[in-house]
Amino acid sequence: MESKSILVVVRHPPHGSSWVREGLETALVGAALGQPPNLLFSGDGILALLAHQQRGALGQKGSAAMLEGLSLYDIEPLWYDRHSLEARGLDASQLIPGCQQASTADMIARHDVVMSF
Amino acid sequence: MTYALMVQGAPYSQQASHSALRFAEALPAQGHRVATVFFYHDGIYNAASMMTPPRDEPHLLERWRALHQTQQCELLVCVASAVRRGLLDEGEARRHGHSHPTLEAPFELTGLGQLMQAALEHDRLITFAP
Repeated sequence: MESKSILVVVRHPPHGSSWVREGLETALVGAALGQPPNLLFSGDGILALLAHQQRGALGQKGSAAMLEGLSLYDIEPLWYDRHSLEARGLDASQLIPGCQQASTADMIARHDVVMSF
Repeated sequence: MTYALMVQGAPYSQQASHSALRFAEALPAQGHRVATVFFYHDGIYNAASMMTPPRDEPHLLERWRALHQTQQCELLVCVASAVRRGLLDEGEARRHGHSHPTLEAPFELTGLGQLMQAALEHDRLITFAP
C-alpha cells in the first residue's frame, strides 16, 4: 500500500453523538495497518481532551479511556487547535497529558489525506 | 483522477448524500471517476435495501446503484456502524437470527480498514458530512 500522511480531525464534542468515537476508531485502524495518523482536535472537538471525563449520555463507552490508550498505537501527541482552545476560554493545563498545540490550517496543509469527524 | 468518497450523512435528513451523489455523477464529464464510496456514521442508511421514497422525490438508493453501474465503483458500508443500526446483509442476518437481509449487493459490508485503503490508493478522498 502506498504511504501517505493521514490527518484525522475531530471537530465534534465528546458527548451527545458518536463522532469522537468513530474518529478515534478510524485513527486506530490506520495505526493497525501500519499508518498511524496524526490526530487533531479542532473546534468543539477540543472538549474531548479535557481531563477527568466520565461516560457520555448515549450509554456508549466514553472516549477518555480510548484517548489514553492511543499512545500504545503510536498515535501521539494528541494535537489541539490553539485558537479553538482559546475561543472556549480553556487553558492547556486543563487537558489530559500528551497534548500539543497546532494550527488547523497548517496541519491540513501538511497532510496528504484529511479525514474529518 | 480516481476519487474515494466518505458519506457520513443520513439520506433525506441532510444534504450530505445528495451532494456526494451530485459530485460523483459529475466526475466523468471532468475526466475523473469515483472508485470507492465508503458509508460511515448515519451515512450507512443510504444502503437500506427497502428504501422507498415517494415517487416525486429522488431515489437515492437507485442513484447509488446507477453510479456503481456506470463508474464501476465499490459501495462499501462500515459493518460496525451498519449492524448496530439494523442494516444486515444475508450472512449477518442469518448469523443474528433475522429472517431478511436489509442490505444487498452492490453494497458490501466491510471494515474501516477498507476506508483507510481507499484513502491511500486513490488520488483524492472527499468527506461528505452533515
